[in-house]
Amino acid sequence: MWKFLVPMGAFLALALLFALGLNPNRDIRALPSPLIGKAAPVFTLSVVEDPGRSFSNASLKGQVYVLNAFGTWCAPCREEQDTLLEIAKQHVVPIIGLDFNDDRARAQRWLRELGDPYAETAFDPDERAAIDWGVYGAPETYLVDTHGVIIFKYISPMTLDVWQREFLPRIAAARKDGA
Amino acid sequence: MRPAILFLCAALCLCTAAAGFAADLDIHGQLVDPVLQARFEAITKQLRCLVCQNESIADSNVQLAGDLRREVREQLLAGRTDAEIFDFMTARYGEFVRFNTPFEGKTLAIWGAPFFLLLLGGVVIYRVTRARSRLPLDDEPAPEPPAIGPR
Repeated sequence: MWKFLVPMGAFLALALLFALGLNPNRDIRALPSPLIGKAAPVFTLSVVEDPGRSFSNASLKGQVYVLNAFGTWCAPCREEQDTLLEIAKQHVVPIIGLDFNDDRARAQRWLRELGDPYAETAFDPDERAAIDWGVYGAPETYLVDTHGVIIFKYISPMTLDVWQREFLPRIAAARKDGA
Repeated sequence: MRPAILFLCAALCLCTAAAGFAADLDIHGQLVDPVLQARFEAITKQLRCLVCQNESIADSNVQLAGDLRREVREQLLAGRTDAEIFDFMTARYGEFVRFNTPFEGKTLAIWGAPFFLLLLGGVVIYRVTRARSRLPLDDEPAPEPPAIGPR
């Protein structure tokens, strides 16, 4: 009996490992963020439009909001811009832009030409806020709940499908939890 | 009068801050203190660049790696320990940023698996060879079957 069960068990374990590891739908570059479940790092930065005016995400305490890290150097960010504009039109939550490693004039032109989905767009030229948020690529989109805790992170250009499937249910749950 | 003095103070502070930072680096952008520079090189070699995931931030040319090198340099100058700097990075990017996995409770499986497999293989080989050594060699005549019953 053992002569049959042991190799069979080993085979099934290996098959399971391969099924999980070689799943073509798995993004092998995506990393689980250690910041999920932790307090969102607070930043105070000038806004893209005006170097003289500063914005801090501390002012959003008690609100559910989305933070979208982008840069004008990032081609996939251009791709998701229409989706972000569409989402902004729904007025579900404020979208905060975090423009990192960028040139201010270029960022201003980007917002003018492609449209501005952001409630505020923070300008982070030396990437300090982005490092605090654990951003390693662009675009990355974070969801913060009413307690100021990061509850979800999505890496890749945003799509309406992802927004409906991953974000909206979490936003509804976060609101219910915060009320 | 007052604003002028304030402005002068601010300018002076900025200048000394800039000079202070510049004095810590030589013309090649290396830390003047050789001990700090050695620690800087050791730490940056052990941190993974998350954009090009098989390069360390010491080797990578992407912007993020450069900014993380700046972060390490500043923290070294601020007197942080190596462990504090690694903690700073793992708090933001996860354990994956470290090329050298620390030996802790949760990494026990990673560190222990090779030794466990080695032991398992040893046991299997031992049992197989023991079983084989009881078989007759090919050029030996098979032992006589014991006689059955009285003849």
